[in-house]
Amino acid sequence: MALLRFAVFRLMTMMATLVVVSVLIFFIINLPPGDYLTNQINELRATGQSNGIAKAEFLRTEYSLDQPLLKQYMIWMGFLPGPHGFAGLVQGEFGWSFEFDKPVADLVGGALWMTVLVNLAAVLFIYAIALPLGVIAAARSKTWIDYTSALVGYLGLATPNFLLALILFYYGNRYLNLPIGGLMDPKFEGEPMSFEKMKSMLVHLIIPTFVIGTSGAAGMMQRLRANLLDELGKPYVETARAKGMRESSMLIKYPLRVAFNPFVADIGTLIPSLVSGSVLVSVVLGLQTIGPVLLTALKSQDLFLSAFVLMFVALLTLIGTLVSDVLLALLDPRIRFGGRAK
Amino acid sequence: MTIFPDGRFVDERPYVSEMGAEARDADLDASNTVLMLRRFRKHKLAMVSALFLLLSYLMLPVAGFISPYTPNERLEDFLYHPPQMVRLFHEGEFIGPYVYRTEAQMNLEEFAWEYVPETSKPVKLNFFCEGGEYKLAGLIRSNTHLFCASDGSTVFLWGSDRLGRDVFSRILYGAQLSLTVGLVGITVSFVIGIVLGSIAGYFGGFLDWIINRVIEILRSLPELPLWLALSAAVPSHWGPVSVFFIISIILGILDWPGLARAVRSKFLSLREEEFVRAAEMMGAKPARVIRRHLLPNFLSHLIASATLSIPAMILGETALSFLGLGLRAPAVSWGVMLNDAQNLASIEIYPWTAIPMLPIVIVVLAFNFFGDGLRDALDPNRS
Repeated sequence: MALLRFAVFRLMTMMATLVVVSVLIFFIINLPPGDYLTNQINELRATGQSNGIAKAEFLRTEYSLDQPLLKQYMIWMGFLPGPHGFAGLVQGEFGWSFEFDKPVADLVGGALWMTVLVNLAAVLFIYAIALPLGVIAAARSKTWIDYTSALVGYLGLATPNFLLALILFYYGNRYLNLPIGGLMDPKFEGEPMSFEKMKSMLVHLIIPTFVIGTSGAAGMMQRLRANLLDELGKPYVETARAKGMRESSMLIKYPLRVAFNPFVADIGTLIPSLVSGSVLVSVVLGLQTIGPVLLTALKSQDLFLSAFVLMFVALLTLIGTLVSDVLLALLDPRIRFGGRAK
Repeated sequence: MTIFPDGRFVDERPYVSEMGAEARDADLDASNTVLMLRRFRKHKLAMVSALFLLLSYLMLPVAGFISPYTPNERLEDFLYHPPQMVRLFHEGEFIGPYVYRTEAQMNLEEFAWEYVPETSKPVKLNFFCEGGEYKLAGLIRSNTHLFCASDGSTVFLWGSDRLGRDVFSRILYGAQLSLTVGLVGITVSFVIGIVLGSIAGYFGGFLDWIINRVIEILRSLPELPLWLALSAAVPSHWGPVSVFFIISIILGILDWPGLARAVRSKFLSLREEEFVRAAEMMGAKPARVIRRHLLPNFLSHLIASATLSIPAMILGETALSFLGLGLRAPAVSWGVMLNDAQNLASIEIYPWTAIPMLPIVIVVLAFNFFGDGLRDALDPNRS
């Protein structure tokens, strides 16, 4: 029950944060002088095309871009009625993309799921890699295993994601015959889900997951190793060894459980950096996630599209933080739900 | 030395009491800085990195002198020229550093330029010769270069790019921006972080609550999309210098929350100490207590952790420029150079255009090792 209350409390905080974030995003998007429609109208005027202007002017009033900024924001969020009543993010209306001349919802629909899929795969990859490697590096510290994993970890941290993407892209295709670009074979696009399509998607996910996950896995592994090493020096480990406990079962039973909490808590900081990384990597590898969409939208000042994508990215990270908080509360009985006792 | 069967050992030299006392006194006299340096020197990797970084930064003002060409100098006859070897011995005879003159030929099967070296005629390199004009440290006009090729030949140590510009020279010039972007960014983040962190930690209450919420919000957002959005807002007609500063400020603005949090938690524990109470009772204003009594306690530690976030900024600049939203064309940075190497085909045919990757990886690694060593040296409690 207490856990449920805690989760609901965190959910409320998340909502409040999301509102603040939306103000921030809307403000940042509106920073550059001019907007897409004004630019378009000016361009049409300069070239003397009059029929386009009418449409642009229509879109301008339709999406209330002629209103003051604060009111624009309220209408976009759905807190104030626009020309067609309440139709904002809260009501599930995501607006119009001027650049692609389509509703934002149609444009990003599939990409949203792909983004979630890619990031989920990366999180799984990171935990699958970092957990065993971190434990081994700590248990066999100062041996070649430790040094090799440290070296690989440092290289993983130092190589920019997009460079790693370019390199793996090239060698993966050349020597392992891994497919290049996209998230599935082009022939499966728009087809219903089938076993073959699943297989194609999994194979296409290998390189992106690896690229996005590497630096995160490297950092995670280093921290798990450090935490575990701290624990291994403590007297209770000595006692367990003195009793004649087998090293491996001792390791799993006591120190790992202590070192595991920060490992889980890390997911909160991990997810923002993953989402960041996946945007960049998607641009380089040509994945149909929201990364490339965001880049085009930002470059062409496509207001609603970029604002929506940024909101979605923020939502994704906030949900990640929420999950980590709840997980941590489940794992660690010392964490009190809902604040400190007076 | 005698070793007993149970593993103990005894030094047989006679015990001299002065010797031990001397050694002890020397250590007691050692200042904090000396102790820190002594600990730092134990980290071999950190020492090497520090030396490398020092040399790199010292190189920046004289980059124009070291590089044979200026960054935007185009040699139209030598597009995508592969790297040239500088040799010393010609047919078994030492004649000093020289290169071979190359002849451009069109390969009509692959539609690419091929450069055939004339191996019979070595062309010596000139030293302290005249070339394109540059400014030493951005102030003194000069056109003397450390080395350059004689007339009619070229010296492309790391090849040339698609416009016939020397990659080696551009990497040296690119270092000027790529290496300083982190420093400017960290200064911004340092100032904001310390000011807001100390206000939150020292005064507590409502201010603390507000600052904490801001920190939480900024920390829970993915950096890159926000960087992208902010740099997309930079007007396109701004000059390279203003773009450079605004980009480094953008990098710094999103980096301070981590620092502010560290400062705040330190302040929360330190403000209850007696020396703070004493200073307050003697009538010191909050600003003085913060600056004179609280900050010096852990400033060195903060500097060490700041060193560790410089590489993130260097990578950030590279990523932004790579996507075309960071520094722009006439300016040269490593990210801008990699922007040209974006497509796979060109890397496959002209691998040397991807060389700017190497300095990025090396500098980031060096900063990581240096920061780790510094942190360990400053903080004796960490093992």
